[in-house]
Amino acid sequence: MRWTIALALLGITATAWAADVGEIKVVQGAAQIERGKERLPVKVGMAVQEADKVVTAAESTVGITFADNSLLSIGPNSVLAIDKYVFDSTTHAGQFDSTLSKGTLAVVSGKIVKQSPEAMRVRTPSAIMGVRGTEFIVRVD
Amino acid sequence: MGAFVVVVAIGIAVFLMRGHDETVVVLPSQDGHTGTVVVQRGEARQVLDQPYATSRTGHKEVERLSDDEVKQTFGNTLQALPHRPTAFMLYFITGTDELTTESKAELQNILSALRERPLPDVLVIGHTDTVGDLLNNDRLSAQRAETVKGFLVEVGIPETRIRTSGRGEREPLIRTGDEVDEPRNRRVEINVR
Repeated sequence: MRWTIALALLGITATAWAADVGEIKVVQGAAQIERGKERLPVKVGMAVQEADKVVTAAESTVGITFADNSLLSIGPNSVLAIDKYVFDSTTHAGQFDSTLSKGTLAVVSGKIVKQSPEAMRVRTPSAIMGVRGTEFIVRVD
Repeated sequence: MGAFVVVVAIGIAVFLMRGHDETVVVLPSQDGHTGTVVVQRGEARQVLDQPYATSRTGHKEVERLSDDEVKQTFGNTLQALPHRPTAFMLYFITGTDELTTESKAELQNILSALRERPLPDVLVIGHTDTVGDLLNNDRLSAQRAETVKGFLVEVGIPETRIRTSGRGEREPLIRTGDEVDEPRNRRVEINVR
């Protein structure tokens, strides 16, 4: 019985993780989100989920606001993966990992970093960045 | 001929194996404060904590990009950043869901922040002071939040973009004893993003 409850709770948590973690606020030009096998054209108001990969075309940009008020924008010809996003809106504890494999990225960190510095990390092919706040930009050629 | 092929092959291999050219720049934030980013590249670690401090692959020293260089390379990316989240506070007349005169004026600022945003996201949280019992204050705080939501819907903010909650007397701005008439606690927080 106890196990059933524990499993049910796990199920709920897993669902919560798969839920929306951010929202597309800005789109210029053409971009898509790779979600599993799906390829979704990016539109304003669209939800962003953990494990999404955002891919922009030439002369295209995308801006995303996350649940913890982190802001990201992705420049032209870029690929950004949301590897991990966890945020507790009560305690502000969380973890935000993303990978920029090419292109440009601008970041304004949010409540996760305010609560626990370096709980936000950005990876590139040759580096890993620990973010203690607040605004920075990254380019991978 | 054989040597030529080898040279070309080495050339192609070097081209394919060349590292990525990467740049990281810390920017001063809008409030003028500059944050910190720690860049770990293999064994090398660079701490960027000055405005425009720049880390580049293949460069041991921290460099500094000019504002112009940043604009040139990152201008369109920076322009795509969503609006900054911002918060407002409205205050109420005791025991009611009626705004104070000052707060009626503040409502205008909230509306302009909302109109700037193509797709505003609004979280309205109501609070009370400690006058009255817990349950009534829960109800009053929720009612205050709903009243503010009503104002926003009236001026055309889509209802689906507004979430409300009432926190009763649980989260006072100013900590007081029970049954204390504290105007600063009779408030609604409005988070806009």
